[in-house]
Parts: sequence; structure tokens; C-alpha cells
Amino acid sequence: MTRFLAFLPLGVFAAVALWVAIPLITGHDPRDLPSELIDQPAPVFDLPPLPGRDDGLANTDLGGEVMLVNFFASWCVPCLAEHPIISRLSQTVPVVAINYRDQPEDALPWLARNGDPYTRIGADTDGRVGIDWGVYGVPETFVIDRAGRIRYRHPGPLTPEVLNETLLPLIEELRG
Amino acid sequence: MIRPLAAFLLLVLAALSAPLPAAAVQPDERLDDAAMEARAREISADLRCLVCQNQSIDDSNAPLARDLRLLVRERLLAGDSDEQVVEFVRSRYGDYVLLDPPLKLSTLVLWFGGPAVLVVAGAALWLWLGRRNVAAAAAGPAPLDAAEQRRLDDLLGGEDG
Repeated sequence: MTRFLAFLPLGVFAAVALWVAIPLITGHDPRDLPSELIDQPAPVFDLPPLPGRDDGLANTDLGGEVMLVNFFASWCVPCLAEHPIISRLSQTVPVVAINYRDQPEDALPWLARNGDPYTRIGADTDGRVGIDWGVYGVPETFVIDRAGRIRYRHPGPLTPEVLNETLLPLIEELRG
Repeated sequence: MIRPLAAFLLLVLAALSAPLPAAAVQPDERLDDAAMEARAREISADLRCLVCQNQSIDDSNAPLARDLRLLVRERLLAGDSDEQVVEFVRSRYGDYVLLDPPLKLSTLVLWFGGPAVLVVAGAALWLWLGRRNVAAAAAGPAPLDAAEQRRLDDLLGGEDG
């Protein structure tokens, strides 16, 4: 009994160490918060287009087929970093965008410079629609199924790993 | 006597005048209705800023925190109760946005982890001390060995002489 007790602190230490180490090793970022909206229909919204365009984006534009909703802004450096991946994705799946807390006149030159992979863009100038989606920073990317429900949310820039290991398999599955 | 007293009073005064945490609420955000503004401040103090995560939206200067402060005030003006405002934000950002987390299955460790460690450690200490006292009482004082006995005799003898 006493011998067993002598090893108890070591056991407690091992348990705590594992608990702390697993998220570190698997690369889980504690700042990635779960979304409340998973499996929920997209929030109701109707955003105007960027000036000089005639698309805009409303929740009624979502669904029908599997698609992505990408929150981006011209002032957002990680958005620039993920832009090539978004562009690549847009060849296999429609990507619509919500231009978040941006000056609309800055967004258009940004798209002209970096390419415009989006089928539609809505301008969320005051960030209110972002709040309805639970967005807490750009970029954020949501996967929408045929029924217009949110099935996945990725906060932060997309990486090739997220693309290949999560997004593409999920899109395939939802198309199934 | 006066001097230490004065020093003490100065110290108390300094402690009392320590800067209060400055709220980030801008003048243009404030509501005209003081009672409603007070409710907004109270609600904001319990909502986490998702950008800085360890500040409430009442303390944070992040743009999202400002948006949420304005949203809280807008909901109050629309006639929401305090609970409805909190639920409005929680339904979008999840329990994580609440700085005072609800008691449910996923937060059991958060609520009871600390007290549980205290109880277990207290029980272990109590058992250990109890066992040590029993062992000490059973053994009694250890008998002196020959060298100690000689030294004791010397000391006692010296006192006599």
C-alpha cells in the first residue's frame, strides 16, 4: 500500500503531462473555438454587393449544392496567405465570400491584384453579419451542404493540410 | 508614534487610489438612459472578448468587442431582458463567450476540479499526519546509546561539582 502511494505523485504528474502534451503534439490551437452553428441553417442575412458589382450575398443564395463561405478582408494578412488555396478550391467547389469589416473601395483593388475566385461577394461593412455567424477574426471558412446548413467551420487561414485532410474529404462526403 | 501612523495611512490611501481597470467603452457608445447603460456595462463585463480571450468586451479595445458592446446596447434598447441579451450572444459564440460559465457536463472539471484536488490533498495530509503520530506514540523516545549516556552523565556530574 505504502509502496503504491509512493508512486502516486508520479502517476498524477504523468496524467497532467499527457493532458497538456496531447494538444501540443497534435497541433491543436486552443484559440480555435468550436462553432455554435454546426448543422444549423445559415443565419438569415442579405448583404449588398461591393460598389460597381451587382451580386451581393444573401442566405437564400446558399445551398442547392455544396459550397464554401469565406470571410475575408483586404486588411487581413492571413487572408492573403490563404488566397492561393481558396483560388485552387474554387476550381472544384463554388466559393462565395463575405467581405468583413472592410472599406469596399479597398476590397476591389485587392481582388484585382490577387485574383477573384468568388462566385458572389457580400459586403459586411459593419461586421454585423459576421457576428451572426459567430466570426471572431478573419479569415474564417464555412462548408455549406446542399440543404444550406453549416457543416464545418475553419477559423484562421486554410493550409494545404486542412485542405487535403479535412475540406476535400468532407466536400466529397457531402456530395456523396 | 505619529510617523508610522502617517506612513500607514498614506499606504492605505495609495492602495485605495490604485488605478481601477479602465473600461474601453467610448463616449459615443454610451446610452442616454443611465439605468440601461448600467445594465449594458454589467452584461458586457461577463462577456468574453473572443479576440483577446482573457478580457471582457467591457475592457477590450478590439473592434469586435466594440461591435458586441454596441450590439448589447441595441438589444437592450429593443426591449430585451438581460438574459435574452446574453442568450443572443451565446447562441452565436457558444458558452466560451460567457466569463461565468454554466454548470453542465462539459464544465464539471472546471467547476469541481480545484475543490476536488483540495479535498484529496487534505485527506491525504490528514491520513499521513495521523499515521505519523500513531507511529511516534507507539515507538516512544528512542533509548540513549552508550556515548549519549556518557555525555549526559558528564553534563549532570559537572553541574554537581
